[in-house]
Amino acid sequence: MARRIAITSPIGVAGEAAPQVAVRGPGWDGRFTVLILFLPPALLLFTLFVVLPIGEAAWYSAFNWNGFGRPTNWIGLDNYRFVLETRAFWLALRNNALIIAVSLAIQLPLALTLALMLAEKFRGAVALRMLFFMPYILAEIATGLIFSFVYDGDYGLVASIWRTFGAEPPHLLASTDTAMLAVLIVVVWKYFGFHMMLFIAALQSLDKTLVEAARIDGATRTQTLRHVVIPLLYPTIRLSVFFAIIGSLQLFDLVMPLTRGGPADSSNTMVSFLYNNGISRMRVGYGSAIGVILFAICVTFAFTYKRWFMRDE
Amino acid sequence: MNSAGARNAFDPAVLFKALFLGLVAIFVLVPLLATLLGGFKSLGELRVNPFGLPAQWEWQNYADILFSARYWQLLRNSLVISTLSVTLTLITASMAAFTFAHIRFFGSSMLLSYLTLGLLFPAATAVLPLFIKVRDLGLLDTYFGVALPQVAFSLAMSVLLLRRFFKDIPYELLEAALVDGCSYIKFFRYVTLPLSRPILATVGTITFVNSWNAYLLPLVMLNTDALYPWPLGIMVYQGEYSSEWHLILAFIMLTILPTIILFLLAQKHIVAGLTAGAVKG
Repeated sequence: MARRIAITSPIGVAGEAAPQVAVRGPGWDGRFTVLILFLPPALLLFTLFVVLPIGEAAWYSAFNWNGFGRPTNWIGLDNYRFVLETRAFWLALRNNALIIAVSLAIQLPLALTLALMLAEKFRGAVALRMLFFMPYILAEIATGLIFSFVYDGDYGLVASIWRTFGAEPPHLLASTDTAMLAVLIVVVWKYFGFHMMLFIAALQSLDKTLVEAARIDGATRTQTLRHVVIPLLYPTIRLSVFFAIIGSLQLFDLVMPLTRGGPADSSNTMVSFLYNNGISRMRVGYGSAIGVILFAICVTFAFTYKRWFMRDE
Repeated sequence: MNSAGARNAFDPAVLFKALFLGLVAIFVLVPLLATLLGGFKSLGELRVNPFGLPAQWEWQNYADILFSARYWQLLRNSLVISTLSVTLTLITASMAAFTFAHIRFFGSSMLLSYLTLGLLFPAATAVLPLFIKVRDLGLLDTYFGVALPQVAFSLAMSVLLLRRFFKDIPYELLEAALVDGCSYIKFFRYVTLPLSRPILATVGTITFVNSWNAYLLPLVMLNTDALYPWPLGIMVYQGEYSSEWHLILAFIMLTILPTIILFLLAQKHIVAGLTAGAVKG
């Protein structure tokens, strides 16, 4: 609807003002119309729902406020102090670090290996690529529920394997020792296919002549891989690391159906910590403080990372 | 890449490769298949036989859900919200991208970097103030209360992708059209948009998948069960049928089915779309 309005009115204006006269070059008027019609909707939405809330989070975080009426109870930086004094906050931060570590140590090598195998053409390669990519497009909620069945101590797949060995099945998600481990496995299951696709896309746009030249010059398969292919993939590897870290900082949907961050906060991520302590109890000030901290972490990370590792793009 | 020497009768590397791929395939497939098959079992059978084929196929589990109003209502809500998000994103993002691609004006690069700020942090960081904003606008508990923030958060990536594509449309084309008396807006409508179908499809698919799967925003913005999209609905369902896993599995399967079908139909756009950030960085 908005589009129709945007189109009809300027055509009418242009038609009246200069009927069929080819003004020298592109006239400023036409461009100005586009400028004042085409840009504001996007800028307005973006400012209203993305930028302003971040600014407001900084403002609200200085209040003790439950969201009703106006914030009046100014408490300065106390909310930040409360957050930093909460043990669960540091647990959540540690869990995010764990997710990043697993992404780097397990998921990335796995994705790269699979990409190297599946970038070559053979029967079934495309089908396998699609299969491995599939978990990525499933909703986190559905994935979490599927795995809460897999891990279920009474009906689940893990329980059934344990029982065939005559052991008492564990309740993986209900123990503070294993809950985070269980979440980490699901993270790998869900996201390795995405990173694999990144690598496959990069491998396919690779300059094949370089690889051929190396082979002709007598490099073995392994040597070619180590000294030619992998170095050519460095930009993609840096990108994949970037996505893994940003993704870990956003992780929430997956945790909710699995553990809700529990037991005893042992599997909270930053966002689920924010949800459990700020949103679900409408502690606006406290929750905003967590949000601002998370925002600061994301932005600092993104800028530092781009500066250090992605300077040449 | 394949060398002539590699075609021996028995190559351990090939065997290792097949084994490795097989293991990963099992790792991915088993939870999905167990979900599909679990929906066909009775609760008692699920307990003793969660892996294998059902001894007795219980079509009733799936049929009950398929004939329930609840399932279709969840899907309809999701569809409405996703369609709103996709439509609004495509309209606003393509108009903005067109401006950034073809019109030089003071501050254009600054405004573009302003928009790309949206790529740097997750929606969750400001979700409390966002909730209050949506409440103050009177949009709480409406489809728009979910869709508008989703559009705002998908704008950054969408504008970047669209602008890059629009810029590749030959400038001579625009020049010729302008000399012939075509306006910028007509050019946008009759040349840019029709030429950009692939990238519009890609951007549309990313937005759709993100919106279809979204949980946090609807969770915060919606209170009425009747408006819940399926990720919220399935959590409620799971709460109600806490350990009747056969029903929950059937429900999960039926709710992820549309995604799987869409994926099989539009794999090209989905893969291109979801890995599109890669090219830009």
